[in-house]
Amino acid sequence: MGFSTFDRLRLSLAFLLGLAPALAAPDIQVPPPPITDGLFPCTACHDGKTMKLNLVRRELKDMHTDIELKHGPASRWCLDCHDPLDRDRLHLASGQKVEFTVSYELCGQCHGEKLRDWEAGVHGKRTGSWNGQKQYLLCVNCHNPHQPHFAPLKPMPPPVRPGATVAGKGGAL
Amino acid sequence: MKYRLGKHEPAGTQVVRSRRTFLGAAAAAMAGAMATLTGCDRNGVEAFLQHNFRELSKDEIKQVIARLEQEAKQKYGREIHIGNEPPIQGVLFGYALDLSRCIGCRRCAKACVKENNQTREPQIEWIRVLQMDKEDGVDITHADPYYDPELVPQEGHFYMPVQCHQCRNAPCTKVCPVGATWQEPDGMVVVDYNWCIGCRYCMAACPYGARRFNWGEPGIPAAELNPVTHYLGNRPRPKGVVEKCTFCIQRVRKGLYPACVEICPTGSRKFGNLADPASEIRYILEHKRVFIFKEELNTRPKFFYFYGV
Repeated sequence: MGFSTFDRLRLSLAFLLGLAPALAAPDIQVPPPPITDGLFPCTACHDGKTMKLNLVRRELKDMHTDIELKHGPASRWCLDCHDPLDRDRLHLASGQKVEFTVSYELCGQCHGEKLRDWEAGVHGKRTGSWNGQKQYLLCVNCHNPHQPHFAPLKPMPPPVRPGATVAGKGGAL
Repeated sequence: MKYRLGKHEPAGTQVVRSRRTFLGAAAAAMAGAMATLTGCDRNGVEAFLQHNFRELSKDEIKQVIARLEQEAKQKYGREIHIGNEPPIQGVLFGYALDLSRCIGCRRCAKACVKENNQTREPQIEWIRVLQMDKEDGVDITHADPYYDPELVPQEGHFYMPVQCHQCRNAPCTKVCPVGATWQEPDGMVVVDYNWCIGCRYCMAACPYGARRFNWGEPGIPAAELNPVTHYLGNRPRPKGVVEKCTFCIQRVRKGLYPACVEICPTGSRKFGNLADPASEIRYILEHKRVFIFKEELNTRPKFFYFYGV
């Protein structure tokens, strides 16, 4: 529930008054963070015991080879965002840990303007009700965090040209 | 036959108020006779004698809707609901489309057809997505609506979907000779398909090419018919009338987003209440670079283009 200051104030006020369910109608996150099946929790492998922590920047050869990192400068790598000591979380530049479900706080460190627009409901998709509860998506639901450029899509078929409508077949005339 | 009464007449008084009501009443009285003489069925005669939607009383609207629902059932073999939700007080609908995000995938145009019961054969689509050259900028003379590559967006191009702009100073409603199209208090420009005579003056007047004419009998597979409709919106249309985008009047008057907003995979489409300072649409108008298509024509659209990046 990371929305405008106003929303946060309203929420805290509602909780203070014990009216949370009545007053607060926070928007709903629809899909979960898009983590490949079977990979979460990360600590299943990265437990710090069977697999020792390796802080050396390197090309991954044994696992996660499908991930091609095309995000920001070439010097960027996994542990800039993934927390080395708590693999089930991410971390901000400050070291503060964040859950995968609020990864927008991490994205917003560089893309502050986008985060502001997103919180206002202007960047990214919103569905639901224009005057009521909305559903939102995380940044990573549309932008693969490792290759954030929006993936091209196959377009739906073009409209028929006016001449293509056949007379007499429910068409013109 | 009941005549329309003024506010201050006691109930039960029957007064002929005007030439029109008199003629209407006389004509209605002849309905039975006409039905026999012309070979039209009762519904056909009632449809012929129906008044402009804005002149109908609540009871008359109920009767008209019941008749139209029955006709739709005959044609499609399915129950449909024709709603008559009124405008919401204090709401003026506005729309904004992010030109820097739209990738031209046309999912909006197709979702619109499904939601709003446009005819499939012959084809009508209310939204037209124009592909333009980045070099030329917004230039209608070089726009291509028929692009069909493997993937979009294409290098060097941008995409501009065009639909009804719901103008505050709408040329289409001014030219209608019979008053079959008008602007609702919440801003939607609507058509009474039962009052439209099919002259297509409105289509000539619209600078956005947003209106479509039913040249043929609309062809919609019964299974694909959306049964949730509105009288002024997506109810099944007859041949020979003009139709157009209503921002999904059947959805937005219930608080839902229009179908094109719901489907857009890039989140380029934004919708809300222009009268609400906290709405998304107001945020866009106040913070983004906004572009009004053909602004020089003074149509004052409630549909805006903006650059989110």
